[in-house]
Amino acid sequence: MADEGGTDGQAEEFEYFFSGNVKYNDEPLEGVRISVSGRGFEAETETDENGQWRLGVPEKEAYEVSLDEDTLPEGVVVEDGQSTVDAEFGLTKNKAVNFFLGEGQRVTTNYAAQVLIRVVNGLNFGLLLALAAIGLSLIFGTTGLSNFAHAEMITFGALMMLTFSTTLGVPVWLAIIIAIVLSAGLGWGLDAVIWKPLRKRGVALIPLMIVSIGLSLALRYTYQFFYGGSTRQLPGATLPREIQLGPILLSWIDVVSMATSVVVLLGVAYFLLRTRIGKATRAVSDNAPLAAASGIDVDRVIRIVWVLGAALAGLSGILWAYFRPGVSWDMGFQILLLIFAAVTLGGLGTAFGALVGSLIVGLFIEVSTLWLPSDMKYVGALLVLILVLLFRPQGILGRRERIG
Amino acid sequence: MSDNVAPPAKPVKTTGLHVGDPAPGVKKVDPIIIADGVKRTFGGLTAVDVEHVEIPRNAITALIGPNGAGKTTFFNLLTGFDKPDEGKWQFDGRSLAHVPAYRVARMGLIRTFQLTKALGLLTVLDNMKLGAKHQAGENLFRSILPFLWRKQEEEIEQKAQELLTRFKLDAKQEDYAASLSGGQRKLLEMARALMSDPQLVMLDEPMAGVNPALTQSLLDHILDLKAQGMTVLFVEHDMHMVRHIADWVIVMAEGKIVAEGDPHEVMRDPAVIDAYLGAHHDTDLGDDDPDAAEHVNAMKELIDDEQ
Amino acid sequence: MIDWIQIFSNAAQELISPTTAAYALAALGLAIHFGYTGLLNFGQAGFMALGAYGYAISTLSFGFPVWASVLVGIGASIVFALILGIPTLRLRADYLAIVTIAAAEILRLIFTTNTFDDITGSASGLQGYKGGLAALNPIPPGTYGFGPFTYNAYDWWIRILGWTVVILAALFTWLLMRSPWGRVIKGIREDEDAVRALGKNVYSYKMQSLILGGVFGTLAGMIFIMPRAVVPANYQTSLTFFIYAILLLGGAATILGPIVGSMIFWVLLSFFSGFISRGVEAGWFPFMTQVQAGQLRFILVGIVIMLLVVFRPQGIFGNKKELAFVR
Repeated sequence: MADEGGTDGQAEEFEYFFSGNVKYNDEPLEGVRISVSGRGFEAETETDENGQWRLGVPEKEAYEVSLDEDTLPEGVVVEDGQSTVDAEFGLTKNKAVNFFLGEGQRVTTNYAAQVLIRVVNGLNFGLLLALAAIGLSLIFGTTGLSNFAHAEMITFGALMMLTFSTTLGVPVWLAIIIAIVLSAGLGWGLDAVIWKPLRKRGVALIPLMIVSIGLSLALRYTYQFFYGGSTRQLPGATLPREIQLGPILLSWIDVVSMATSVVVLLGVAYFLLRTRIGKATRAVSDNAPLAAASGIDVDRVIRIVWVLGAALAGLSGILWAYFRPGVSWDMGFQILLLIFAAVTLGGLGTAFGALVGSLIVGLFIEVSTLWLPSDMKYVGALLVLILVLLFRPQGILGRRERIG
Repeated sequence: MSDNVAPPAKPVKTTGLHVGDPAPGVKKVDPIIIADGVKRTFGGLTAVDVEHVEIPRNAITALIGPNGAGKTTFFNLLTGFDKPDEGKWQFDGRSLAHVPAYRVARMGLIRTFQLTKALGLLTVLDNMKLGAKHQAGENLFRSILPFLWRKQEEEIEQKAQELLTRFKLDAKQEDYAASLSGGQRKLLEMARALMSDPQLVMLDEPMAGVNPALTQSLLDHILDLKAQGMTVLFVEHDMHMVRHIADWVIVMAEGKIVAEGDPHEVMRDPAVIDAYLGAHHDTDLGDDDPDAAEHVNAMKELIDDEQ
Repeated sequence: MIDWIQIFSNAAQELISPTTAAYALAALGLAIHFGYTGLLNFGQAGFMALGAYGYAISTLSFGFPVWASVLVGIGASIVFALILGIPTLRLRADYLAIVTIAAAEILRLIFTTNTFDDITGSASGLQGYKGGLAALNPIPPGTYGFGPFTYNAYDWWIRILGWTVVILAALFTWLLMRSPWGRVIKGIREDEDAVRALGKNVYSYKMQSLILGGVFGTLAGMIFIMPRAVVPANYQTSLTFFIYAILLLGGAATILGPIVGSMIFWVLLSFFSGFISRGVEAGWFPFMTQVQAGQLRFILVGIVIMLLVVFRPQGIFGNKKELAFVR
């Protein structure tokens, strides 16, 4: 969010710099491409005739610095495959980043294997999106609200996890439980303090949506106020990828994350299809006045949906923090549009549509990096959203009548 | 209800509209609308399935039938607000297939809605002016040059005021339409429809929710339309009103036309009584169902009347 | 001790700053969309980005003169409005919201990516496009003005230009909204079927409104980049939300609302940040750092949006009876 308000006198030059020297056998290498990315910022440069490079970044934070091995001379690689390193500033505004080159052949993964890796990543991402999307979709279904503050409910889960595990030293499993319970509490509180009173006032849907936008802004910057602008890691986020499945290398975190998503999603499905309150939820989604007339306590159902939606969003936030990886104040907002896209793709207001939509969005984003530059991967997903609206506005699983 | 609509003078009925015996789909001497094989389904449900129907020109035609008979859907199809799965229909010799709603209106076929669509956030006068056709000032580029449209605007305003006086709304012309009563909104909607000098006015339940004190005035206005050479097609549940002003009655049930004819004769048609009883019988929703109650009322009125 | 004069003078400068003018114009465009027509455009940041990049790229990459660069920006935003409008204007209102917000993000990502670095300057953006405009400056070099409003010739030039465009746009909108065209638009805001039944091509009117408000956003984007560089990070979704805050503050279905709303917004924001930041310096708020003081104002904007929508939806200038929320 550089220069959010766009005040005058914006810094046109960067204050912080990474720099380095690329040499092989004491010979400087010219034209080696170096790129920096992180915190929504990306830039790249090439080494000069002395093998030197320098890249400015907007904030004094951690960034990923990569060396493009394709631009090295034949037979030269970065040692130990460390062509991408995490770099963080010390006390000064300059940080030297050096790559150690050695002889060797690059290990290239074949195309099919790459596709497979992307598919697994995409599934992982899609599943965590689904956790958030189902909550958003249930809230939309029962109240008609397009809840922009859902992003902050996602971030909240990750921040609570960070607070309890990293800061307070609570064991990881307990911290997760605490974070999810607190997230559920947040959902309960938001409904009790804001949304229920507004429903009682009879505020229309579009003003409600704008209220959620205001809430999203206020919460997001409140997080930044208390947690600062940096990205911090949850315990275990840097575990090595040591589980080999064919060509795919996974870390324990990936496996646990996917398993958790699947189990929780099955639980939600059971809740919606088999339990009384779940059926009531679907009835309210379908036709709230009719549900009310047949004796369903609509307010109670909506309260439960908020609690459930927030808990799912909180869990999704924790998983997202491991997937990115890192916890930051605007991490939920970064995927909010993808979640909206998933919900719209599946058909507004249908929980199972949200699941399908999320998987499609997750897979599409990861697989599309095979032919799209990685800083464009969200573009593809958002384009697909627009195209689907063009040809099938009710979504993949939605009913035609819903678009009115 | 019946006491309130007692007419001061019996309106003159137009007769001799049809060719041959009155039956569903009978030919008219001078039809303004001809529909052929118009069919519309929602999911698996057939809402409208009209084989052939003609609406007579310069007459008042009532479209009746139990709830769910497809009357409003048929209205929507005729006016371009909904698209049929198949079929063709024409207005004044011009095909209406694939013609969007706004073009249908420009051709002279203006409708009103069951739930009144008076624009509450505009003044009564602005509502009226919106109804006028061919306004130069409605073009984006001409609109910012008031001298191009001021004269026309004055003419439109004058016409609007005359109509408002006729409909006894002139005292309210500067008020937001939201402040009008339900009946006044119906009157405004009808008056607004007349701003475009339509040939055919289609009224969807003009009497629904209207204060009995206003019904007579509404009836007179509808009769007035015919006197001025317009054609009227309306949907109504109030059988007394239908009998009182309609020249021709078309009965729909379950999406089909089941009977047609002169208002007095058509109500003796066993198919009509079946339609109302059948609809009641099939829905079978319980004693407190308002639809069922309405059907029973309609039946009672039919039977009372014919005895 | 707090330098109150500095705080007030900084705040007063916002009154006529080009940024305030740009936000006012963008908000006026949104007033046409949301306030008068009922279209939920959440992509105003995208229209502004098209103005900024359209102008800067035309000037830098193709060497176009000022007028041609302006036309390129406007042309780009018309095409953008058509692309957004054609699929969504027939659908329910919230579909336009989702599509516009997504499309604006697509634009920002395209402007940010390294792939088109040669043209867009990727994340570091573009600069050096101000020469053409500066060359047209009729004001002789020097410093003019009084008190806080003392600027050099270029700064006055862009202020005069910016506010002239805002005033012309406001006049244009005022004429439009009291014309029969405006009557149709306001009818559509309330009930498009009613207007359709009266023979108006609702789809075309909505498209005209989308294009017009979008072009205002595009012009706003050009004013916005005159005192600064083009940086893609400025065109995030939050920019659109800030413009909504201004619109709601002033009144969604008003002409003066967006303009005065923008002035109030920027003056208060500047005063507030100045005060908090100096207060932190003076040790009045021991629990806060300078950085946190900067974030406080965004929290405030969020809360103001919520309170306005619930308690004063018509804004400062709006008419409660004609309040603009539809469906």
